[in-house]
Order: sequence, then C-alpha cells, then structure tokens
Amino acid sequence: MAEMFLARYVYLMVIVLLAIGLWGMLGKRNLLKKLIGMNIFQTAIFLFFIEGATKLGGSVPVISPELGMEAARYVNPLPHVLILTGIVVSISLTGVALAFLIVIYRKYKTLDDRAIMLKMKEETSE
Amino acid sequence: METYYSLKPLLAVLVSLLAVVLIVIPNQRPNVRESWTIMAALAKFAIVLSMLPSVLGGNYPAITLFSISPGISLALKVDSLGIIFGLSASLLWILTSFFSIGYVRGVPEHKQTRYFASFAVCLSATMGIAFAANLLTLVIFYEILTIATYPLVIHKETPEAIFGGRKYLVYLLTGGVFLLFALAFTYQLSGTVDFQPGGILPAQVSPSSVIMLFILFLMSFGVKSAVMPLHSWLPTAMVAPTPVSALLHAVAVVKAGVFGFARAIGFVIGPALLHQSGAAGVLAGFTAATILLASLIAIRQDNLKMRLAYSTVGHLSYIVLGMTMLSPGAWVGALLHIVNHAVMKITLFFCAGAIYVRTHREKVSELNGIGRQMPITMAAFTLASLGLAGVPPINGFISKWYLVQGSFDGGQLAIAIVFLLSGLLNAGYLLSITIRAFFAPSERFTKFGEASPLMVVPLALTALFSLLLGLFPERFPYFYQLASQVAASVLGGGGP
Amino acid sequence: MSSLSILTLAPLLLFAFITTLVGIWRLKWAYAAAVIGMLLSLIAAGAGVFRVLAEGKLRHFLGGWPPPFGIEYVLDHLSAFMALIIVFIGLIAVVYPPEAGLYQPPRKGIPMYGLLLLLFAGLVGVVVTGDLFNLFVFLEIYSLASYALITLGGDRAVVASFRYLILGTIAGSFYLLGVGFIYFSTGTLNMADAAQRLVPLYSSPVVMAAVALIVIGMCIKMALFPLHVWLPDAHSYASPMVAAVLAGIQIEVAAYVVVRFMLTIFQPHYFIDVLPVTTVIGWMAAVGIIFGSVMAIAQRDFKRMLAYSTVAQVGYIGLGIGLANPLGLIGGLLHILNHAFMKSCLFLVAGGIRYKTGLHEIPKFAGLGRKMPLMMAAFTVAALSMVGIPPTAGFFSKWYLVLGSIDAGNWVFLAVILASSLLTAVYFFRMVEKLYAVPSSGDAAVEQATEPSAGILVPILVLAVGIIILGLINALIVTQLLMPVAALLPS
Repeated sequence: MAEMFLARYVYLMVIVLLAIGLWGMLGKRNLLKKLIGMNIFQTAIFLFFIEGATKLGGSVPVISPELGMEAARYVNPLPHVLILTGIVVSISLTGVALAFLIVIYRKYKTLDDRAIMLKMKEETSE
Repeated sequence: METYYSLKPLLAVLVSLLAVVLIVIPNQRPNVRESWTIMAALAKFAIVLSMLPSVLGGNYPAITLFSISPGISLALKVDSLGIIFGLSASLLWILTSFFSIGYVRGVPEHKQTRYFASFAVCLSATMGIAFAANLLTLVIFYEILTIATYPLVIHKETPEAIFGGRKYLVYLLTGGVFLLFALAFTYQLSGTVDFQPGGILPAQVSPSSVIMLFILFLMSFGVKSAVMPLHSWLPTAMVAPTPVSALLHAVAVVKAGVFGFARAIGFVIGPALLHQSGAAGVLAGFTAATILLASLIAIRQDNLKMRLAYSTVGHLSYIVLGMTMLSPGAWVGALLHIVNHAVMKITLFFCAGAIYVRTHREKVSELNGIGRQMPITMAAFTLASLGLAGVPPINGFISKWYLVQGSFDGGQLAIAIVFLLSGLLNAGYLLSITIRAFFAPSERFTKFGEASPLMVVPLALTALFSLLLGLFPERFPYFYQLASQVAASVLGGGGP
Repeated sequence: MSSLSILTLAPLLLFAFITTLVGIWRLKWAYAAAVIGMLLSLIAAGAGVFRVLAEGKLRHFLGGWPPPFGIEYVLDHLSAFMALIIVFIGLIAVVYPPEAGLYQPPRKGIPMYGLLLLLFAGLVGVVVTGDLFNLFVFLEIYSLASYALITLGGDRAVVASFRYLILGTIAGSFYLLGVGFIYFSTGTLNMADAAQRLVPLYSSPVVMAAVALIVIGMCIKMALFPLHVWLPDAHSYASPMVAAVLAGIQIEVAAYVVVRFMLTIFQPHYFIDVLPVTTVIGWMAAVGIIFGSVMAIAQRDFKRMLAYSTVAQVGYIGLGIGLANPLGLIGGLLHILNHAFMKSCLFLVAGGIRYKTGLHEIPKFAGLGRKMPLMMAAFTVAALSMVGIPPTAGFFSKWYLVLGSIDAGNWVFLAVILASSLLTAVYFFRMVEKLYAVPSSGDAAVEQATEPSAGILVPILVLAVGIIILGLINALIVTQLLMPVAALLPS
C-alpha cells in the first residue's frame, strides 16, 4: 500500500490540496476564503477518487469488441459515478453557502469573521 | 415465609395519587379539596390495616407489576418490616391531614392546592418505599419522595425558604446519586436486587466490596436519616410549614432514610457479611457521635422547630445505631423506635404548629407561661417530651429499653452509656420548655386560648397513642410482634 | 426481503417535493401535505419495528439489483429503532405551530415544510441504507436541509449556520475520504460485503486511516467535545422547533453511524482492542459531559443553556459507545431515544415561552409556573428526566450506563455520570426555582402570560407523557430492540 502511495505522486498532490483546503477553512478569517478553502478541500477528495479509478493503459469503460470483457483493461467507472454525485453535493453546498454570505454581508457589511463577532457583541450590549 | 398475590399493596400506593388528581381539579371549594385528602388518608390506612392480619401470620401480600429493567420487576411486597413503616405513616397522615387543614386556615397559607397535592404524592412515595420488594423499586419511590418534598420545603417562597430548598436538593440529590451507585453495585455483586431477610450478597463477596457497598448506602440513606455530618439540610428545611415538618421531617422522609438502612443492612448486605467486614462499627461511631452532638446543639437552639429538628437528628441516629448492633434486641428496639419516635415527635411538631398559629411565636424564650393559655397542647407536649427522654410508661421507654438491652447483649457498654446520657440531654432540652410553659412567670400574654379543634384533637390523639403504645406494646397493632418477626428473620433465631 | 425500509423513506422524499410545490401556493396545504407524509412514514417505521421484531433483519435491493452491484436498504433492530425515533420526533416538530416554532410564520416563498421533510428523509436514509456511499449522500442531504433551516432563526443564525456548514462539510468530506479508502481497499461499497472483505485487511494502515477519518467526521457531526464548537451557536440561534429537531434527532444520527461502523461494518474488537477508538470516544465524551454541564450552568439564555446541555447529553451517548460493553451500549442507545424526547420537549417549551411572553432569559421567568401550569409541568418532567429522577426515562439510561461502567471497572466514567447528574440538577432546578418559588417581579410579560393554545401545548404534553411512559416501558425496549444490538459486543 505504502509503495502504491509513493509510486503515485498524484496522491501527494491530493494531500497538499487537502492541507490547503483545511487551512483555508480553519485558518482564514474571511468567510469567503473559508468557502474557497472548502471547495479546494472537496476537489482534492474528488481527485483522489478519480485517481483511484485509473489503471495504467486502461480504456474508457465502454465495452468494445477489441478489448473484450476483461475488466483490467478498462478504468473503474464506479468512482467517476460517485464523484459525479459528490460534485452535485459540493455545488449545492457552495450555492447555499454563497446565499448565506450574501445575507451576512447585507446585515454586517463585512465578511470578516472577527468583525462580525464584534458587531454581534455590540448588538447584544445595545 | 409465604407470599400471595394481592392488589392491596398497589392500591395503598395509588390511592393518594388518585387523590392528587382530584385535588388539582381547578376551581373547587377548599372543603371539597380537603375532603379528598381526608378520604384518601382514611382509605390508605384502611387498606394497610387490612393487610395486617395476614402479615402477622407470616403470609405476605405481594404484587409484581412489570419488568422495569431486564431481570428486575417493579414489585411490591408487604412484609413485617414494611407494614411497620406503612402503618405508622398512613395512620399519622390521617391526623396530619386534619391538622393541616386547621393550620393552613389558621395561618393562612397560600397555594393550598400545591400543598395538599405534594403531600399526597409524598405519602404515595412513602408507601412505595415501605412496600418495595426490591431495591430498584425502593430507589424509584425514594427519589419521587425527594422531589415531591421539594415544593413543600419552598412553600413559603421567601428567600429563606428558597435557600432551604436549595440546600435540601443539594444534600438529597447527592444522596440519590450515591444510592444509584449502590443499587448498581448491589446488582453487579449479587445479580439480583430482590430483598431477602439476611441479605442477598453471595457469601464469597470480598470484605472490601462489602465495606464499599456499605459506605455507599451510608452516603445515600445517611442523608435522609440525617446522620452527622450529612444532617444539615434537616434544620434548614424547617422553614417549611409545620405540618410538613411534622409528618415529613419527623415521620415519612427521614424515616424513609432509616427504613433504607434497615433494608440495606438486613435485607441486602446481611448481618453476617456486615459483621465480618466490620464496617458497621464505622456507622455506629458516626451515629453515636450524632446522638450526643445533636442533643448538645438542640439545647442551644432558641427556635422551637430548630430544637425539635436537632432532636430528630439525634433520635434518627438512635434507630440507625440500634440496627448497626446486629443483635435481635437492638433491632426490635430500633424498629419500635421508628414508630414510637414518629408518634412522639409528631406530637411535638403539632404543638409547635398550634402555638405558632395562635401566637405567631416560634422561639422558646417567648413561651413563658403559655401552658396556662394552652393547657391541652402543652400537656401533650410534656407527655411526648417525657417519652423522648425515656420515662416509663410512655412508648419511648420501651424502645430505649430494648436498645439498651441490645447493646448489653452485644457487650457494647459504651453504646448503652450513650443512650442513657442522651436521655438526660433530651430531658434537658425538652422539659425546660415545659417548665417555662407552666411555671415561668407569664409576661404580657393576652388571652390566646387553645388552637382550633382541628389542631388540638390530632395532637391530643398522638399524645394518647404514645401513652397507649408505651403501656401495651404487644397489643394492637402488634408492633412488638412485627418487630420481633423482622429481627428473627434477619438475624436468625428467636426474638429477644 | 421487505421494502419497509424504503417505504419509510419514500413518503418523506416524495412529500418533500409535494409540500414545496403546494407551499408556493398555500401554506396551509403545505402543512397538510407535510403531516400526511410524516404519518405515512410513521406507519411504515412502526410496521418496520414490528416486522424486525418478528423476522429479524429486513433487506431491500433498490431496483432489484442485488448487492454488491445495487444499493441495498437494510432494516435491522438498530435502524428500525432509529427510524421510528426520527419519524416520531419529526412528526411532533411538523405539527408544532410555526408561529411559535419559528418566531413568526414563514413567508410563503420559504419551503419550510419541504426542508423539514428533506431533513427527516436524510436522517432516515442514513439509518436505513446498507451502502457506504449512499450514506454519504443522505448525510449531505440532511446537512444541507439543516443549514437552511437554521437560518430561519434570523441574522445571527445565518452566521452560526455558515460556521456549521464549514465544519459539517469537513465532517462529511472526512467521511467520504474514509469511504474512498475502504472502497479502494475492498472494492465494494455495500456494508455487508465490505464487512467480510475488511477482516483480512485489519492490519492495513489504509483501513486504519479510513476508520480514523470516518470517526472524526462523525464526532464533529455529533458535537462530541472538543469538536462541539459549532453546536452552541447553531442550536441556540436556530428557532425552537428547528433546534428541537437538531438536538433531538440530528446529532444522534451521527452517533448511529459510529455504532454502525463499530458493530456491523467492522468487528467490535477492531474498534476496542486494535484501534483505541472506543477509548478515545469515551474520554472525549466524559470530558464533554462535565464541560457541557458546567457551561450550561453559566448561561442565562434558556435555549443556550439547552444547547450546552446537549453537548453534555451527547456525551452520555458517546460514553455508552466508549464503554464498549453491552450494558453501556444499551445505556447510550437508550439515551438517544430519551434525549430525543427530553430535549425536543424542552426546546418546544422554550418556543412556547418565547411566543407567549417574548422572554428568553431564565432570570426573567420568575412566576411563570403559575401562569402556564401545564406547559411548565411538562418542562418539569423533562427537567427531572434530564437530571435522572426515576421513574422518568432519563433515570434508566443513566442506570444502564452506571451498570456498564461498573462492568467495565471504569470508576472515572462512573464518577462523571454521577457528578453530571448533580450539575444537571443545578441548572435545571435553578429554573424550576424561578418558575415556582420566586415571586413574579411584576414584569408585564409574565403578568399577562397565559397557557398557550392547544396547538403548542399538545406536542409538548405528548413528549412529556412520553418521557414517563418510556421510563416505565424501558425494559421492553431494551430487551426487544437494544439487546440484540448490544449482543454483538463482547461482554
């Protein structure tokens, strides 16, 4: 397993992307940047699935007469299908989150996490 | 011992719950509401009394309702020990109900619906504790009792009452938590929680487990039975209206703690294992200290109800101390003292209530000459005081006699001395009130007169009961026989 | 084969659409459609429980495709138990009047009922699916619906919901990544199939990483300390009815996922002995119980107090998992049911108080006990159950947890359970005292308060009575439904 990871440098990229995404979500103060981090994070996971499905020399998973019925000759179609669903989920999440950001911006005139916290505190003390 | 299926134990528990439903019906006249209380009290006593003959004959009414945890049922069984507690509590509830009516009208108290409803719930819970056939059932009713008493403690809704309520909850809920632990530990050790005379723990249980279990019971039942240093909620809870102090803080609630000890020592751990472990000595030490300390503190109290509260603390420890001695004589004495102390202490509280309603005085130092104004009340007070001090032929003497005898049987001379010494102290702090009331020069007393018959008759009756129980302990309702049966079944062998 | 699993799910999904469509036109019709959908689902869930009790595990192959090719839906004791809780609490929430549940009736354009049904569909989907990826989809469905529903609580709720969305997505993504690891190790997404194929792979670091990712993700979702940070804001700013659903059933579903992975997808010893999963969950839960209780004591706002109390109560469920013995797990699972009733009841009471008086801070509640006797009686029952006073339901989950702790010889957990009962008593009796003992300050809001209408009162009373009934019949639930589940654990 470990060799497989090392042999496939794409996994390293995936890990880097995951880290960037996580840092964006947890480390950034701007809510929009958090959202962007979230998208990067999810995309990294999608790439991971797609990479897992590939086979060296594998063909499009449509059975053709030349390649015959041997499964090893086709790339695995299932992860692609899963990720299609994953992308739909991701887009819905992004859409919902963007809608939230609009509402937040209208109310607080900022997307900075700390500034919003401060404004909320002021509200309470009033 | 035989058991037979009977609905009566369940009815005894439920009848006052039914009364709760009727009491809380909104917009009814006070007379109607109070009549529900009285009717429930009478019905409850009648049901309990009807079970007495068969229990005396060694045939126990029992009912198993349904499984409440895998392997454990919600079950009631009326044995000799249970009926001692059930009979005394239900009888005194009748008198307290009359007294309450007189009291709440005399003061007058607010929110009487809540008052009478909580009272009825407390009595249901008390019956449940008395008749519980296993520890889980007992714990359920025990906790219900804790909660149902809370509204009565905070009844006056003054900051003082709220503070009393908080303190009450902190102590009692902590005790309840330890009780849950004790219950689970018992189940773990023995695989059952059904009470058996002589205990249910397997013989191979290690002494350290027995000691731990005993300490857990001590931390839980010790709170309700106000063993020092777990007692301090009881004096604080005296902010409750006097009938509450009378029935609950002298009879039902605190006796539930003591009763819990009886179940724990005699029917869960068992005297044999307890004796081997030597843990009972710890409790004996605590209770002996409590008896003396509480008496000493009581002498210094000027507030009448506080003085009575500390007296209660001391007398509860009499009972527990008696049980820890694990000798038949001491057990008979302890069990009789459950009843006898209840009857005497309720008389004293009734007197305190009657005095408060008539004169709004709560302090001992203000009672000079009151005996001439309220002769019946103070006569009853004197009788009960003498009884608590252990003067024959009042019932307090009987139980103390057996307790002292039991301590001689066990060769525990020091304990016998504690009993005798505390009798003197009792006389000191209670009879001094009598002396004030009758012999001290009366200062600026206007004509007060006796309180309403609703209050005077109950207190006279309880005083009479203590005399009768002292003169004829082996007659109806046969408390002596019942106590001997319990002692024999728990400790083996015949009575003392 | 039985399609009861899918029959519980289908009405919810179907009526989520119908409700939304008719809701554009008339709100009342949306309400009617939502209630019908919930009732249909409730019937199926109830029938599901009875069928499972009679026949054991029920499997349904979606579209007739047998696993591992098709998606399988499974109804076993655990999922039937969960599905019934979800649908029942869901029905109560739907019936609860939106003017009290959401502060104000939603505008016509907002598909409130549609979102609710979608939320319940997602929750039911998670518990009935037999497919790892399908579970992720349902997880995101209910998460999305809940993000949207939280925002109905106002501007602050939007901020809280956004934060929750970020953390919730991390949780969901961790789960997806974990499933990816499992899939690439075993080549299957079917739970039963994966369970067999995973056994020889137990020493593989990839599988271990998958377990870690999935468990961390679900711990975020169930707000187990210290991953609870999103919960207090989200649950206290959400409107009462939404909070009731979120605290009552949503976070518990994440706990279900952990139990499912521990018991059936992996073998229990893998989570107990090979990896320290249960140990870690148990200790996080223990700290969370104390932390949540102490924080709850410090709150003035009723709903915020309830939210912190949820952090503590979820700890009980976590503790049940962490004890990793049958009695402990029974306690944890029973607490899912009990907590659903108690916490929903309390949040709905919060909604009722807010609707009738506009009050939300506990110190201002003085004197309300006399004004709303029935609703406050229900509150008191729920509060007593939270403290663990018998014969209410809360006592019994504690009882099994205590038994489990003694069985495991874990005295620290035992001490935590017992101590937290007292801490819970502190914050609930503080309010009981205000309601009944402290005289009203003469506040006009309290003076003019009256018992709320039947629409608000009935759901609350149903839950309160349910708390007592559940306590009395707990042995039935435990022996019939939970013992077969817990039997999978080594005792």
